[in-house]
Amino acid sequence: MTGTYLGMPSFPRAAESSTRDGRLRANLRRATRTIRAKRDRAVAELDDWERLRAAGAAVKDRTLRHLDHYLVQLEESVARAGGTVHWAADAAEANRIVTGLVLATGEREVVKVKSMATQETGLNGALAAAGIRAYETDLAELIVQLGDDLPSHILVPAIHRNRSEIRDIFRSRMADWGLPAPEGLTDAPADLAEAARLHLREKFLRAKVAVSGANFAVAETGTLVVVESEGNGRMCLTLPETLISVVGIEKVVPTWRDLEIFLQLLPRSSTAERMNPYTSMWTGTTDDDGPRAFHLVLLDNGRTDTLADAIGRRALRCIRCSACLNVCPVYERAGGHAYGSPYPGPIGAVLTPQLRGLASPLEESLPFASTLCGACFEACPVAIDIPEILVHLRERVVEGGPVTVRGTRTVIKPAKRHGAERAVMRAAGWAFDHPRALRRGQRLLARTRGLHPRRLPGPGRAWSDTRDLPDVPPESFRDWWARTRGGTGRTGGTS
Amino acid sequence: MTGESGRELILGRVRRALRDVPASEQPADHPVPRDYAEKHGERSHDATVGLLAENLADYRALVHRTDAPGLPALLARLFLERGARRVAVPAGLPVGWLAGAPAELLVDSPDLTADELDSVDSVVTGCALAIAETGTVVLDAGPDQGSRRLTLVPDHHICVVRTGDQVVDSVPQAVRRLSPARPLTWISGPSATSDIELERVEGVHGPRTLEVVLVTGDPREL
Ligand code: SF4
Repeated sequence: MTGTYLGMPSFPRAAESSTRDGRLRANLRRATRTIRAKRDRAVAELDDWERLRAAGAAVKDRTLRHLDHYLVQLEESVARAGGTVHWAADAAEANRIVTGLVLATGEREVVKVKSMATQETGLNGALAAAGIRAYETDLAELIVQLGDDLPSHILVPAIHRNRSEIRDIFRSRMADWGLPAPEGLTDAPADLAEAARLHLREKFLRAKVAVSGANFAVAETGTLVVVESEGNGRMCLTLPETLISVVGIEKVVPTWRDLEIFLQLLPRSSTAERMNPYTSMWTGTTDDDGPRAFHLVLLDNGRTDTLADAIGRRALRCIRCSACLNVCPVYERAGGHAYGSPYPGPIGAVLTPQLRGLASPLEESLPFASTLCGACFEACPVAIDIPEILVHLRERVVEGGPVTVRGTRTVIKPAKRHGAERAVMRAAGWAFDHPRALRRGQRLLARTRGLHPRRLPGPGRAWSDTRDLPDVPPESFRDWWARTRGGTGRTGGTS
Repeated sequence: MTGESGRELILGRVRRALRDVPASEQPADHPVPRDYAEKHGERSHDATVGLLAENLADYRALVHRTDAPGLPALLARLFLERGARRVAVPAGLPVGWLAGAPAELLVDSPDLTADELDSVDSVVTGCALAIAETGTVVLDAGPDQGSRRLTLVPDHHICVVRTGDQVVDSVPQAVRRLSPARPLTWISGPSATSDIELERVEGVHGPRTLEVVLVTGDPREL
């Protein structure tokens, strides 16, 4: 990935530009609706879904409440099985560790299987600076990498590209990265997938080092789990001699048995399948089967700061299924790039401001990028009450209060910088100003605990055109907040 | 260097972040309700095998059924139909399975290169178990399955499942029977992608064709 999230505009500005992109919106609408309908069917097959959800949430909560215990246990288990554990407090440290491990092998190329953690750390850029070429092997990630682009969906990162764009990217860029696109490549998805298969196969067969993420890491046994569809994960996890897995510290689960919960929740929520095509599980190294060296890099990078907030902590339950994106009326309109991080949609709106801190207008605006309709909460397989966390974070932005930044507790002041305030109001206004988004939200009203704004909040209504904001709002930001509590429905109730 | 300092730094941050958790609370004190189902629905064993076949086919695996004595003839026919001339096999595959198959056999070994594997037409293996509710076969690198790459690089995989003792109903039952000490590969249909306009395309990097043979009786004696 050569794109960057640095200097991304705040949510509403980015959202406005994607909203004007008709094709992007059509792609997104079609995609999210298709997955939504499929997911409903996959979930309906299990009559104990709510109990699985409760169990999944409880396992994650137990883990988070005793994370130090489980991390130490995981470290011991992985070491016992022949792996080496590294700890990275931040992105720079993770990148340094991985770069050092790759250089030590003498190799200058790595194959990568989709890993959000390394998108978060910007690993590919760090590797490139050290003269190491990283090849993304997930089809969508390949499209994104060849197109010098950024992913826009957790599960389908190139959802913003259509087939002819993909064909053009393959034709013009594949040769720069290895095997060129076949002569006369058409834009049929099967042909495009075949081109990717050929392009990547020579890389897999000669790769000596792979970098992966993981969906789960079992403390009790040291087992890592990668859930995937295409087989590029299996290629990366089994063919190279050295495997380096970069895994967020919140990915640990206590016991082997816990996988029986998550392997039911994740595929049905994510790809809406009974089971995804391939799941790989490995414990350290195995003689004569797979990599001879295994390194696990445990990544903090803001996760402990998130953990320090008893409400915000629940966002760390997330298993990255992307169900919340697919039901979100705001995501459907705004697209993934507007969220300015590898984590788009509702989960991004609560995770990014916590992982990075309320560091810029982007992070400050994200908690406002929602109608609080509650559809994300309902879809979430680990029952994260995203609206509750959004309201909590809105309060932090507006009123200030205690936060933890890189492990140090501090008190932030209310957002009052002009730019921040404006970005926040624009985000709130933007979310409320899209009647279709709101209507969809209102269909879900029956279950949403009175969180709905019945009408647009004062400034949001006055600023109906978010692209042309008056410099001095008719109602001050803080007055609006005090009156509406950030859109928690005090003004309206449920209609 | 980074190891130690990063470790202590992170664990220290975690402990400070969890100040609200009472010091007396042990991990097991936080309750995890496990009242979810052990399996979904009541079925006879035959019906469970039927469900497996149905779910495998739903995810585009090709499903065949035979009794143990019929296995070699069925495999020979599948290779013939496929035009498979070079077939990779795990070292512990019962020798009788491929009796009569008109193919050159390549036996799994650590010396086999990925390029050699890339040149075979098909691979045939057993499995550790199969899960009916999800249409999944699980390989655990046992003697009749071989190393993980054996079933990954060739384009055509035939997986033999003993219906008598290898079919379970559900994911929880499978997790209970499997050993995390072994490298595991769960396979549900051929590889697939929906990355291009959400249109499903089968076969990206793994075998593009997965055939599953459900065998009654005990084919281990062949
Ligand atoms: S927040 Fe929940 S629904 Fe959203 S990606 Fe995470 S686990 Fe899935």
